[in-house]
Amino acid sequence: MRDFISKTVAPIKPSGIRKFFDIVTEMKDAISLGVGEPDFDTPWHIRDEGIYSLEKGRTFYTSNAGLMPLREEICNYMKRKLGLTYDPKKEVLITVGGSEAIDIALRAVIDPGDEVLIPQPSYVSYEPCAILAGAKPVTIELTGDNDFRLTAAQLEEKITEKSKVLILPFPNNPTGSIMEKADLEAIAPIIEKHDLLVLSDEIYSELTYKEKHVSIASLPGMQERTIVINGFSKAYAMTGWRLGYACGPEAILAQMTKIHQFCIMCAPTTSQYAAIEALKNGDEDIAKMREAYNQRRRFLLHAFSEMGIPCFEPYGAFYIFPCIKEFGMTSDEFATRLLMEEKVAAVPGTAFGDSGEGYLRISYAYSIENLKIAMERIGRFVEKLRAEGSGK
Amino acid sequence: MALREELLTTIEKNSRIDVKELAIRLGVEEVDIVAELQKCEEEGIICGYHTMINWDKVGIEKVSALIEVTVTPQRGEGFDKIAERIYKYPEVNSVYLISGGFDLLVSLEGKTLKEVSYFVSDKLSTLETVISTSTHFILKKYKDHGTILDKGYEDTREKVSP
Repeated sequence: MRDFISKTVAPIKPSGIRKFFDIVTEMKDAISLGVGEPDFDTPWHIRDEGIYSLEKGRTFYTSNAGLMPLREEICNYMKRKLGLTYDPKKEVLITVGGSEAIDIALRAVIDPGDEVLIPQPSYVSYEPCAILAGAKPVTIELTGDNDFRLTAAQLEEKITEKSKVLILPFPNNPTGSIMEKADLEAIAPIIEKHDLLVLSDEIYSELTYKEKHVSIASLPGMQERTIVINGFSKAYAMTGWRLGYACGPEAILAQMTKIHQFCIMCAPTTSQYAAIEALKNGDEDIAKMREAYNQRRRFLLHAFSEMGIPCFEPYGAFYIFPCIKEFGMTSDEFATRLLMEEKVAAVPGTAFGDSGEGYLRISYAYSIENLKIAMERIGRFVEKLRAEGSGK
Repeated sequence: MALREELLTTIEKNSRIDVKELAIRLGVEEVDIVAELQKCEEEGIICGYHTMINWDKVGIEKVSALIEVTVTPQRGEGFDKIAERIYKYPEVNSVYLISGGFDLLVSLEGKTLKEVSYFVSDKLSTLETVISTSTHFILKKYKDHGTILDKGYEDTREKVSP
């Protein structure tokens, strides 16, 4: 029999976090800090709208681009939160999570050989999606010395004649890093000079703990060359509803809608009805959850500083990214031993790109009580490693 | 959020978080927390630190009731005087002035059905300004003070996710 597997797909590695998943699942009383989704339930009034829509028999396809009232609410939201104006008829597409939006945005703009610039460490899907779209992914290695922000110099260094798209993943998973307005203003002229399209993944935009999130699309001249991707998963604790959206220039959105039409048809109808309620009446929920995350964030930063483990202050998402280079192990070794010896699961930084080496992703989408136990265990582990080190 | 609001919101659900932890979680110094707590106590903003107990699980019988009370308001005093007469009884948990079909909502806790009945018939109903009462015994508490009773938290998320 022939080898049926595609030569493009075969070399793509499965997500690096999978390996730990299998071990943790079987380990009793293990504490996982590996979860990349909120620990809160979707607020009840949002769930209730979903249930209500089912009761009313709203069980059919919606239009390809999504329910018009939802697209209108998204436009209101973009205006209210980011000062951006979009046409709900032509410049918004409702997708199955932010993930689908990333995938089809790349497929809509990539020709074979085009280069996609991907700052790393970052979410695991950008590189595979770029490859599947026929692009050549070009990694920009972000560094801890400037809190994993993207600088103009780092960007410019990787640009070639073939560069077409820059993925901008901030607030960032796994580092928790953000790009403030000044950081964005520094890279915008380079993006313009090299005529790049920006794919701005702003799924964590509601979870920032310093200034309010600024979208690169709100900078002069940038909206016309930016696709903003966002969704309901992180802001409203709606991961399982699988609902995201893309806003951007009509010409590109039209092509994305075409792909979406053929491979997805439309995003889940129940989720779309629930999402309308989320946008209309969910600001208070976000504020409450953000405050809870912020307290945990401060708690973890303090705990790591007490342990003497360096960790820059992350102002976004719900991750902190401590540096474990002093122990002379790879992130993978550290995470494996931490799991085996103290039953705490954290994801090695390398699961999000080579530049994550020497770091761990710690999620604080857990109750303080849970985090306390985890920090005690990590503290004990670190002491043990230091004792081993000095004994040698 | 201002420190006061943030602090109050945090301890409203758990008054046992110590000062040190509060300082870390709210990103301020311990002295600030101590000062703010003291101010809130002095100003009568923090009125007490209670423990929520699900007595059903202790096996000790307790009977709780909600009583709707209709009264005649008194000249110059309104409802305050009669409310005071009622809330002074130690078995009374709370007294609210209510809009709608009756005036005061009194919640009560007693050891037995008899004890509660006795209080209503002998003490409450006989107060001069009380016109009528309607007693509702509580059969089961599902949620109290924002906390769902009898339901443990279960993390049903995948153990590791992107």
